[in-house]
Amino acid sequence: MTATEKTDVLIVGSGFGGAITAYHLAAGGAKVTVLERGPWLTGKDFDHDYLLGSSYTKVFDFVAGDGMSVLGGNCVGGGSVVYFAALPRAPGYVFERQGSIGRRMWPAAINRESLDPWYDRVSEAMPVTQQDWHDVTYAGGLWAAACDHSGHTANPVPVGVDAEKCTNCNWMMAGCRFDAKKSLLMNYLPGALEHGAEIRPLHEVQKLTRTDDGGYVVHYNQIDDVDYRVSTGSGEIEAKIVILAAGAGATPPILQRSEEALGEMPHAVGRYFSGNGERLNNAIMNEEAVGEVLGLQRPNGKAYEANQIGKGPVVACWDYVDAALPEYERFSMEQLYFPPGLGTILAQTPDAKGGPTWFGKEKKEILKKWKSWLTIFLMTEDDNEGVFGPPPPTGNSFRISQQMLARGPLAYDPTPNTLRGWAMADAKAKEIIEKDGLAKVMPWTNDVVGAYTVHPLASCRIGDDPATSACDDTHELRGHPGIFVTDGSSVPCGLTVNPALTIAALTERAIPGIVAKARERGVDVTYGASLPKPIFTSVANPAA
Amino acid sequence: MVATPEFLDDVQAMTLEAFADTIVPGNKRSSSDRAIAGVCEEPGAVESGALELLADPATGVAEALVPLSGLLNERATEYAERTGLTLDEEVPAFVALDYDHRAALILELTARSNPERDGWVLLAQFSNIAYDSAAHRSTAEALADGHPGLIQMGFAKPDEDGLWRFSDYSYGRVLAKRHPSTTESGSPA
Repeated sequence: MTATEKTDVLIVGSGFGGAITAYHLAAGGAKVTVLERGPWLTGKDFDHDYLLGSSYTKVFDFVAGDGMSVLGGNCVGGGSVVYFAALPRAPGYVFERQGSIGRRMWPAAINRESLDPWYDRVSEAMPVTQQDWHDVTYAGGLWAAACDHSGHTANPVPVGVDAEKCTNCNWMMAGCRFDAKKSLLMNYLPGALEHGAEIRPLHEVQKLTRTDDGGYVVHYNQIDDVDYRVSTGSGEIEAKIVILAAGAGATPPILQRSEEALGEMPHAVGRYFSGNGERLNNAIMNEEAVGEVLGLQRPNGKAYEANQIGKGPVVACWDYVDAALPEYERFSMEQLYFPPGLGTILAQTPDAKGGPTWFGKEKKEILKKWKSWLTIFLMTEDDNEGVFGPPPPTGNSFRISQQMLARGPLAYDPTPNTLRGWAMADAKAKEIIEKDGLAKVMPWTNDVVGAYTVHPLASCRIGDDPATSACDDTHELRGHPGIFVTDGSSVPCGLTVNPALTIAALTERAIPGIVAKARERGVDVTYGASLPKPIFTSVANPAA
Repeated sequence: MVATPEFLDDVQAMTLEAFADTIVPGNKRSSSDRAIAGVCEEPGAVESGALELLADPATGVAEALVPLSGLLNERATEYAERTGLTLDEEVPAFVALDYDHRAALILELTARSNPERDGWVLLAQFSNIAYDSAAHRSTAEALADGHPGLIQMGFAKPDEDGLWRFSDYSYGRVLAKRHPSTTESGSPA
């Protein structure tokens, strides 16, 4: 009989919540094992290619639920490999949000002021940089000029992008070929490896059970590197501490599946999911009006025609990110790029004349104007109305395609608050971008795959109230000592801005408490490592 | 010319082509072309390789194509009966519908209220993807071969090494005032 493998700290997932904990716990002396369901790609593995099976389909998952579809990372580095690297801090009012529970959703210990030192640390480690207008792409510049024309402000957003190395190829959702994007493969993960952490790709955790001495057994399946529907083996690892950081779309099913062995889960596990209030609007720019009204011109004589050029979102209007406005009426409006494939099917034609809006002959006419598209990304305040149904047999979904496309158990029925927030943000974006004939704009349809989020949050959230939060303010799962949740699922609510830096800052903040609990559970670990040294080439799998 | 997957017979292939052509319509390949409705002047999803993509095992829908094509014709027959249309029996029922009726039926099939919508949504998604990103082919090769969708959308060609770089990317000037409450970190307050 083979002895069960043992580790001190088992981390599920290698995105922000997993990589940051892996670094600090390994640097503090713990034996750390990270299980990541996706592959480990780096540098030249990141293709410029939409071909099925290229990095574009390998590194993220698109899980359609009932009323909400979730796009999430599926690789070593998690969301940081596929993200657009917009890294703003959450505005102060977010921490005071009450949502539908009638009292503050965040733990009393956390507000913007108390989180700022942790934001500072992550910003230094990534690092986060501020762009100037020369870094701002045509799409961002066009959005800024349109905002200005309507009397609004617009900010270049803080980013994790090395402007010197960036080629503005806009393939960053498939991973950055040029190592210009600051993913976790360039800071926390190489730091964790240097301190002896082990990262195992293509290991999908299914459930936890308990050991006799109060530790946990983590049960995983190994996943085929081409066909993710296929399991190539399975195994178990014993750990004294488990960190769940599988992502807000994947952590709840692991806990739901573990309930039989571990006992009752907190009510908030798999509830209160937020899609960060996200909503996409697609403008078809009138090139002539862009030139005449905004006075914009490129060296090639075109006014715009630059949808394909750039590096994701670079400019946001924060005029409605305003503490003076009531909850559900605050939102940011950020210029974005969405690549074809996922980014065109949901765009609606403004000229449907009673026919279909998201397919058909009128839709094709706007596809032919793709170069003149401008995508406006709205992050509003939703109502945490997402609920996970029973978990699928494995993973977080029923996989349809070999990679990427899947069907999941999340149900999301937007409340009147959410619908009103979306409508207000849609109307404001329309007012700005259609002024003086600049464009025609339509929101993406929710009729095909429901609403759509690239920033799933809050499905195992922290809080002070046991009835409405799964974890306490140390991120420990209520009633299950030694299990911590540090991914986007721990964030209590939508942030009205991109959440990556907040997930990371919350994780940095949680580390001292996790270290203390680990010591109580017999792990020889200390807290106090300096930040990881950034490297300039994304780290490869040492076992490859 | 785009190849038809071998496991589909003529009826099945025509039916699925007619579906893909409703998602991203194209022009007829010949005067006898019945699958393509011919409501646009340039090639659409079919000539972009929709059937080739759908039949790719990586999509996970290949095995469902034969049953879906049969079901689509059943639904088209029901639709015709319901709306009082007389269908040309020389071609599959869905193909016998004109473009507007095909579109109306696809709206019904993909509606949130239809419990069997998943299969139709997948067919629609991959039909669109064949046109807008040619996911059955390497993107650089597809562009070099004049892939209809990518060319019509104006997708730029890559550098010689197959990678995209845009040296011309910025208006390079201040285009708006920053929010007055922006903090030192560049974030909202």
